[in-house]
Amino acid sequence: MVHEHSSDPSTATVNRLSVRNIRKKFGSLEVLRGISLEADDGDVISILGSSGSGKSTFLRCINLLEIADEGEIWVDGEHINMVKKHGKNMPASSKQVDHIRAELGMVFQSFNLWSHMTILQNVIEGPVHVLKRPRAECIAEAEALLEKVGIAEKRHAYPAHLSGGQQQRAAIARALAMRPKVMLFDEPTSALDPELVGEVLRVMRALAEEGMTMLVVTHEMNFARDVSNRVVFMREGQIDCTGAPPEMFSGESSPAFRQFIGNFRG
Amino acid sequence: MDFAFIFQTMKTLLAAVPMTLGLFFLSVSSGGLLALLIVWMRVAKNPILSNFAKGYIFVFRGSPLLIQMFLVFYGLGQFGFIRYSFLWPFLREPFVCAVLSLALCTAGYSAEIFRGGLRAVPAREIEAARSIGMSGFLLVRRIIGPIAFRHALPAYSTEIVMMVKSTALASLVTVWEVTGVAQRLISQTYRTMEVFLCAAVIYLVLNFLILQAMALLEYRLSHHRRAAVSRLP
Ligand SMILES: Nc1ncnc2c1ncn2[C@@H]1O[C@H](COP(=O)(O)OP(=O)(O)OP(=O)(O)O)[C@@H](O)[C@H]1O
Ligand SMILES: [Mg+2]
Repeated sequence: MVHEHSSDPSTATVNRLSVRNIRKKFGSLEVLRGISLEADDGDVISILGSSGSGKSTFLRCINLLEIADEGEIWVDGEHINMVKKHGKNMPASSKQVDHIRAELGMVFQSFNLWSHMTILQNVIEGPVHVLKRPRAECIAEAEALLEKVGIAEKRHAYPAHLSGGQQQRAAIARALAMRPKVMLFDEPTSALDPELVGEVLRVMRALAEEGMTMLVVTHEMNFARDVSNRVVFMREGQIDCTGAPPEMFSGESSPAFRQFIGNFRG
Repeated sequence: MDFAFIFQTMKTLLAAVPMTLGLFFLSVSSGGLLALLIVWMRVAKNPILSNFAKGYIFVFRGSPLLIQMFLVFYGLGQFGFIRYSFLWPFLREPFVCAVLSLALCTAGYSAEIFRGGLRAVPAREIEAARSIGMSGFLLVRRIIGPIAFRHALPAYSTEIVMMVKSTALASLVTVWEVTGVAQRLISQTYRTMEVFLCAAVIYLVLNFLILQAMALLEYRLSHHRRAAVSRLP
């Protein structure tokens, strides 16, 4: 069940995100070997796969923290322009890179909040300094976002004051403050103590219900099954199989995926 | 103890404090700016820039400040293009030479201190900033600079205190700052102990005030770290 593409993103209805045949090598190690994916408005796509299968690299290629060696990416219909420099793929315009990154919210496994700023300062940093929106407006919106993720009372605390779950919720608020078109989550709960996982997943589930387009790399099988409308299983840098959760989890998937989820049940 | 003499000496030496402070502020501020330029070159990908910066840092940290100062004071005039340039009226002034060599020297030390601060900036926090679309000068101004400065501050305080003391060398190129005036008093009165003790007290008081100011700055910039520590059991 290798994922196939028929629709052309430039002619069909505009996808929120469209990735075509991405390849990436680190030295001689081929980490991504031709990945294609499309996300429509409101899609919640869970990306599963064992360690080293290239899930993080895939997300990082989408928001250009890594530059794919080959392949095309469209964000909300906008094609990311690449040029070859000394035989290496490079973004044609660093302005476009910044603009695309501003449209993609990224949530990291290790939160990566700015330690010298309070939570509120973390959240308004992007809107004020990257989007250049009026500060008062950004503060009001940031406070509403912090309310939504349930840490409004911590807005004047520094990241070091907060538990991991609170830090991750602050990081989600920081990404949302940019009003992203798509949210990318890279194992958002993997660094958390088990009792803190639930509070972060609840926030993500609420986002999904609001219609946010999301790509979620996760090992949380319940989230993948109950919240996402599509599951992608990556194996050795390729999409091994993909489908709606009911089919994927009922056994109509590949042997490798059945073995993969078997390891989680066992 | 001859209080009248000490009082008189103090009065004379205090009159030279503005000169010491002038040397200090001018050289620390211009040296600090130069250090930013050097550290920018030092971490640049371009090997010409980074090697130039490495060489600069090596030369100015590796040779005695006094010799650097003599070279600037006695040496610059040997170059025709300097001697006949419009800058010569300034560069021939002992005060300007002293500030110039103090600034060149502290720039070498400060550049290394700032580089240490830069290395302490977590790559993850930089990546988080890039992921929301920050880059270039905005990224440096909002994220990298503030974090690096906080890490560099303790070592930089030490460098600043060293600079207060280094201004004393300017007396050897005939700038009449506190140490120079002290030596002149000694040659007139032959009372080495009292005069130098008075001078030492003045330097101690200056450094005490400067260290207090730096400690206050450090305190105000480290709320986030105190918070982390106070959470420990
Ligand atoms: N910057 C890099 N330089 C060299 N190799 C890298 C780099 N980043 C990732 N890799 C390698 O690429 C492979 C895929 O890494 P990636 O982080 O994408 O896997 P992953 O699926 O996210 O795994 P995990 O579940 O452990 O996070 C790994 O073998 C990793 O060692
Ligand atoms: Mg990963």
